[in-house]
Amino acid sequence: MRPVNLIEGHVSVLDRSDVDTDQIIPKQFLKRVERTGFGEFLFYDWAKQPGWDLPRNPILATGRNFGCGSSREHAPWALEDYGFEAVIAPSFADIFYSNCTKIGLLPVVLAEDEVHAVMESGHASINLAQQSVSWTGGGASFEIDPEVKRRLLEGLDDIGVTLQQQDAIDRFEAERERSGPVTTALS
Amino acid sequence: MAKTLFDKIWEAHEVADGLLYVDLHLVHEVTSPQAFESLRLAGRKVRRPDRTLATADHNVPTDGSTAAEQIRDQLSRVQVETLERNCEEFGVPIYSIGSRRQGIVHVIGPELGITQPGMTIVCGDSHTSTHGAFGALAVGIGTSEVEHVLATQTLQQRKPRSMRIRYSGELGYGVTAKDLILATIGQIGVAGGVGHVVEYAGPAIEALSMEGRMTVCNMTIEAGGRAGMIAPDDTTFEWVEGREAAPHPLPLEEWRALRTDEGASFDTEVEVDASEVSPQVTWGTTPGMVVGVTGAVPEPAGEGDERALEYMALEPGTPMSEIRLDRVFIGSCTNSRIGDLREAAELVKGRRVASTVNAMVVPGSQQVKAQAEAEGLDEVFRAAGFDWRSAGCSMCLGMNPDIAAPGERVASTSNRNFEGRQGRGARSHLVSPKMAAAAAIEGHFVDIREWE
Repeated sequence: MRPVNLIEGHVSVLDRSDVDTDQIIPKQFLKRVERTGFGEFLFYDWAKQPGWDLPRNPILATGRNFGCGSSREHAPWALEDYGFEAVIAPSFADIFYSNCTKIGLLPVVLAEDEVHAVMESGHASINLAQQSVSWTGGGASFEIDPEVKRRLLEGLDDIGVTLQQQDAIDRFEAERERSGPVTTALS
Repeated sequence: MAKTLFDKIWEAHEVADGLLYVDLHLVHEVTSPQAFESLRLAGRKVRRPDRTLATADHNVPTDGSTAAEQIRDQLSRVQVETLERNCEEFGVPIYSIGSRRQGIVHVIGPELGITQPGMTIVCGDSHTSTHGAFGALAVGIGTSEVEHVLATQTLQQRKPRSMRIRYSGELGYGVTAKDLILATIGQIGVAGGVGHVVEYAGPAIEALSMEGRMTVCNMTIEAGGRAGMIAPDDTTFEWVEGREAAPHPLPLEEWRALRTDEGASFDTEVEVDASEVSPQVTWGTTPGMVVGVTGAVPEPAGEGDERALEYMALEPGTPMSEIRLDRVFIGSCTNSRIGDLREAAELVKGRRVASTVNAMVVPGSQQVKAQAEAEGLDEVFRAAGFDWRSAGCSMCLGMNPDIAAPGERVASTSNRNFEGRQGRGARSHLVSPKMAAAAAIEGHFVDIREWE
């Protein structure tokens, strides 16, 4: 994963709540076995509706509970492939939020009125190290788990980080692992 | 200090701060190919194939094909064949198309007995919450996490907050677990559980069958919850006992300790009056847009509601019982178990599906299918005019040939009524198996409490 820190640029606006991952990337595109190339299918059905306007900017500002529904990581893959580097919303669905942080698409939680100010401003800059967002006429700070932040800033590979604790995993398996079920033992 | 059920399972699996050991990793064809590919590129192995199990479900045609190579859709076929190849290469046991154990991943785990109380279970699928019905901590994960679990058998996870939803009173006649969870989502909202592991408690929960408990926990994700769980009890133990992977004898003393201690505190407490819940029908495009069947399509309360009404082509004030249907789907990881099929079959026995309705029943697994056929339920459904299918996710999400046409209105026992979920332009109404069965017969929704 490439390191994430400063993200600056124009803001695309999708002022809707409870946008689910079926809208972000409909199921017919989940049949691909690759990780790339999902951007052109982003919001596939909505994009055909009159009045739809979602320019390819670094930042997406949107509504509450963004990314609810399915656990498909294809949703953040599609957003990133489309060009977004950060998504700003009043809240995110849990799995979606986690999936974003795993690929370096920065999810930023701001208060509802702050998100609307970002939407109106049309331009913003995000500083992950300082956990701040600024826009024309305003600014705000945001919360992020310190460990998640560290991994994003340094662009660390999650598996590599966990394997540094291999001894602890070995010890757990030796001392505390439950005896079953063993899937390979099914006849 | 008094602990919650969630605390106990969490602590028993904490390898290090923020690192949780995974007892069982379930894998399916849609969210795993990129994970296996990354493992391969990094030269990594699957750490514990013996704690991992794969099946094909999302892409599987339910017409009874017996091998992946018979799937007509090329992309679907490649995805299932990729899973088969990956499992062979990495030594992961798999029940693919043609296996008598194939089925929806959240149906086969419990039925094989590999879902047990006190476990941590993950799967690259949001409805993994289903397994919490057994007093397990079961969470849905994304593909990067699938790869992480394959490589390390652990999950990086900050401890979520805890919520208890306590039901007072008992469910009324004709009201099911599906109605209970739909009404709960209607009450707390589709983001009501975000950031929380939810424990369901109270007499209405204790009275539910395991099938009912799985339905409730399954839809925790539709309220935004990280996981749903129910303390195991005699109902659980009886259900697990004798299953293929169940321990002999059951470690009952250990399993009985898996409950929230008296006085343990939750970050959030919610009360729901179960006795007030009526048969539910969704009217909109989120599972929280729901009313009782005796109610009517509500006036829009905001922009989201207006969009939903437009998509659903419904007028506010229309009685739910007047909504006419084109299709009925009984199936999905929410409602495709033998208990669900028995409930539906009982209602349709000796009746005929309305001539205007195309109705299908899709058992959740090949084992459910075989059991239903041994009981003659397939004949009951067929005689009534239902299409009796083979196991898979089917019309829950339309990744296989079972999809609704644009504009078609579906009564569905599945979990999501999102725009386009069951087919582009399709209009989904989520209901219980009983409500779906009755709707198939009448061609519109009916209050089954009076219909029976």
